[in-house]
Amino acid sequence: MLEPIKGLKELPTEEPLSPGHRLCPGCGASIVVRQVLLAAPKDTIVAEATGCLEVSTALYPYSAWNRPWIHSAFENAAAVASGIDSGFKALARRGEGKEHPIIVFGGDGGTYDIGIQALSGAIERGHKFLYVCYDNEAYMNTGIQRSGGTPRGAWTTTTQVGSARAGKQETKKDLLSIVVAHRVPYAATASISHWRDLMTKVRKALSKDGPTFLHVMAPCTRGWRFDSEKTIRMARLAVETRFFPLYEVDNGVYKITFPVSSPKPVEEYLKLQGRYSHMFQPQNAAALDTIKKEVDENYRHLEKLSQFTSQLYAPQTA
Amino acid sequence: MAEAVRQCDVDVVAAYPITPQTIIVEKLAEYVADGRFKGEFVPVESEHSALSACVGASATGARVFTATSSQGLAYMHEMLYNVSGMRFPIVMAVANRALSAPLVLNADHSDMMASRDSGWIQVYAENVEEIYDRTIQLFRLSEDPRVMLPSAINFEGFILSHDKERVRLLEDEPILKFLGRPRPKHKIDPDAPLTFGAIATPDTYYEFRMQQTEAMNNALHVFEEVEMEFESFSGRKYGAVDAYNTDRADVIMVINGSAAGTMRAAARALNAAGEKAGVLAIKLYRPFPMEQVVSHLFQTKAVITMDRSISPGAPSGPISEDVKSAMHLAGLTKPVLSVVYGIGGRDLSVEDGKNIFGMAKEGNSFGTPTVMYGVKA
Amino acid sequence: MSWKQLEEGAVVKGGTSASYIVSGWRVKRPIINESKCTNCLICWIYCPEPAIVRHEGGKVTIDYDHCKGCGICETECPPKAITMVREP
Repeated sequence: MLEPIKGLKELPTEEPLSPGHRLCPGCGASIVVRQVLLAAPKDTIVAEATGCLEVSTALYPYSAWNRPWIHSAFENAAAVASGIDSGFKALARRGEGKEHPIIVFGGDGGTYDIGIQALSGAIERGHKFLYVCYDNEAYMNTGIQRSGGTPRGAWTTTTQVGSARAGKQETKKDLLSIVVAHRVPYAATASISHWRDLMTKVRKALSKDGPTFLHVMAPCTRGWRFDSEKTIRMARLAVETRFFPLYEVDNGVYKITFPVSSPKPVEEYLKLQGRYSHMFQPQNAAALDTIKKEVDENYRHLEKLSQFTSQLYAPQTA
Repeated sequence: MAEAVRQCDVDVVAAYPITPQTIIVEKLAEYVADGRFKGEFVPVESEHSALSACVGASATGARVFTATSSQGLAYMHEMLYNVSGMRFPIVMAVANRALSAPLVLNADHSDMMASRDSGWIQVYAENVEEIYDRTIQLFRLSEDPRVMLPSAINFEGFILSHDKERVRLLEDEPILKFLGRPRPKHKIDPDAPLTFGAIATPDTYYEFRMQQTEAMNNALHVFEEVEMEFESFSGRKYGAVDAYNTDRADVIMVINGSAAGTMRAAARALNAAGEKAGVLAIKLYRPFPMEQVVSHLFQTKAVITMDRSISPGAPSGPISEDVKSAMHLAGLTKPVLSVVYGIGGRDLSVEDGKNIFGMAKEGNSFGTPTVMYGVKA
Repeated sequence: MSWKQLEEGAVVKGGTSASYIVSGWRVKRPIINESKCTNCLICWIYCPEPAIVRHEGGKVTIDYDHCKGCGICETECPPKAITMVREP
C-alpha cells in the first residue's frame, strides 16, 4: 500500500523524466508523465504507444526515460504490457527476477481509437497494470487530426471550419464508461492542475491487484491554439467549468473527487482556445448551446451515479 | 508441437486461435490445466496482440512462443517487422493456410510468402517429427547472440497440422542442456533502465537494418552448428536442403514443404523406369542457402521450381525467383520451368509429380511461362 | 557511425536526453526572485521539462540548458516570484 501524498517536498528529487526531450514548450503530456511517475515507485516499468510523447522522448540516440521503457507500435501498448506482466509472472515462478509495477502511457489516439481493442483485451484478462491515457483530444503528433477523444465542435485539421461544417460534429467518446464496463477495480479522471488529486489516484490505482485506468487531460498549446504559459490554467478551467469533472470509480462506486458546486461558465474555458474561436460566431450559437448542455448533463449524470452506486455497493477494501 | 514447447521450457505463450493452428493452443491449454506447462499462457484478443504480448514478454528476458496461420499471420504482419527490428528471439509456428479472399481453410504457402521479407528466419518442415525437432532447434538458433532474430517453423495446415504420425520424442534433460536459458543482451531491469523501440532518423535507420541483414547472414552458419549439436544428442539431422539423386539427375525439382515427400516418390518411380529425376527440398528458406542449392544444380540439364503460392504480376513465384537469382549469381544458366501447384489446398499426387517431371523433359523450358498446374480447365 | 557500432535493436540507455541542450528554443527566460520565493515547489511540479532543479531545504533553481521558456512557472507561481524576461 503506497503512502498517501502529504506534500510536494516528500516527493523524490530524482526525476523520472530527463529534460532535453523534444516536446513543445508548455506541453501538457510531459507534465502528466512527471506527476504520474513521481507518485509511482522507482522500479516502475513503462510501456508506451506511438504518439507525441513517444517520438519526442525516445529519439535515437537520446532517451528522456529514467525508467525501463518499451515502445512497439501504435495500437498495442496494452498488449505489450500484458506480455511484460506475463513475463514477470513466469520468471518469478521459476525464481528469476520479480514483478514490478507497470504503467502504460497512451494518447487519446492510441487509446480511444486504434488501441481500444488491445486495452479491452488486456483489462478483460486481468493483467496488473495502470493505463494512463494522456488526452490532448486529437492526433496531435501527426498534425492535429480528430480522434474519438476530440470534443464536440472543436476545430482539427480533419474537422475544419467552413460554411458547410464547423468543427467536429460528434461528441467526445465516453472512454471511462467503456473501461468501467469491464468492471475494473479502479478507474478515474485526473487533471495536471490538481496534482494532489492526480497523485492520490495514481497511488490508489497502483495498490489494486488488477488493471486500473487513469484518464488525464493533457492540454496541447499547439493543437488547442493557446499560448504555452496557459497549459495549467487550461487544465484548471476544464475542471472548474465542469467540462472535465474529476471523479473516480472504485470497484463500481462513483465519487466526484473535486466537486464543483458553482461552475465557471464553459465559455471562459472555450474562448481561451483558438480551436473554438468559431463557436463564438452568431451562426454557431446553437452548437455552443449543445456543448454547454452536454457539460451540464454529464455532471448531473455523475452526481446521480455517485448517489446511486454509493448506496448499491458496500465499500470495498483494496 | 505443444510437447516441444513444453519441453523447451517456454515461459510465455501468447496466441489467438485460427484454423488450422487451434489444436496447438488447445493442447497447450490442456498442459496448463494439468500443471505440465509451467509458463504463462495468455489467451489474447487478436493475433496482432499475440505478437505484441510476445514483445513485452521477450523484453523481460523470458522465452516466448506463439502460433498462427493465414489471416492471423497477415494481421500480425506489422508486428513481424517490429519483432525482428527489435531483435527479439521469438519462435512462431505457422500452420500455412491460403490467404483470403476467397476464404479457404486449406494449405498453401501464401501466408508466409507474403511476409518473407520481414526479417524472420523461416524453416519449412516435411513431416511431424521434423516439426518437433525444428521447434527445439529454432529456440537455440534464434537466441544465439550472433543471430538474435525471431524464427518461424512453417508446415502446411491440415496436411501436417492435423496429421497423425509416429514421433520419437526426445528426453527433457538433453533438450534443456542444448537450449540453456535465454541470454538476452538487453532486458527490462529497473536497476539499469533501457529504452526499447526508440524512433530513428534517416541517419541511422539503414544501419540498423544492415545489422539485421548481417544477423540473418550469420544465421546460415549458426544453423549448421545448431544442427550438428542437435544431432549429437538426438541422432537426427535434416540439413538446410535435402538432396535426392541430384548428382545423377537430368531434371531436378526444387520444392519446399510436405509435397517434397510426394515428389520424391514420383522421382523414385520414374528412376525405377529408367529416368533420371532428382528432388532438392528446401528446408531453410530464410536465410536462403544459395550456395548449397546451386551446388546441387551444376550438372543437371533442367530445373523445375515448385511454388505453393502465387505472385500475381511477377515473372514467377517466390521459390522460383530465389532459385533463378541464386543460379544467376553462380553464373549457372539452365532452363528453369516454373510451376505453381497446390493452391488453396489442392492436392498434389505422385501421378502429378510424374507429369511435371515429364513437362521439363519435353522441351526447352526457356520461354515457357509459369505453369499453373492443377487448375481445372 | 559504422553500423557495427550501433546498439542492436536500437536500444538506448535511459536518461541520455539530458545531454541535448534545448536552450536555443526559448524566446524568454524565467528569473526567480529569491526574496519572494517561498520554496513551495509549485513551479517544479508544473514544469514540463523539468527545467527546475530542487536543492536542499526546498530551494529551486532554473536549469537554463533545458528551459524552453514556456512561461508556466511564471503564470502558476503563487507569490509571483518568477518573471519571464526576453532573451538578449
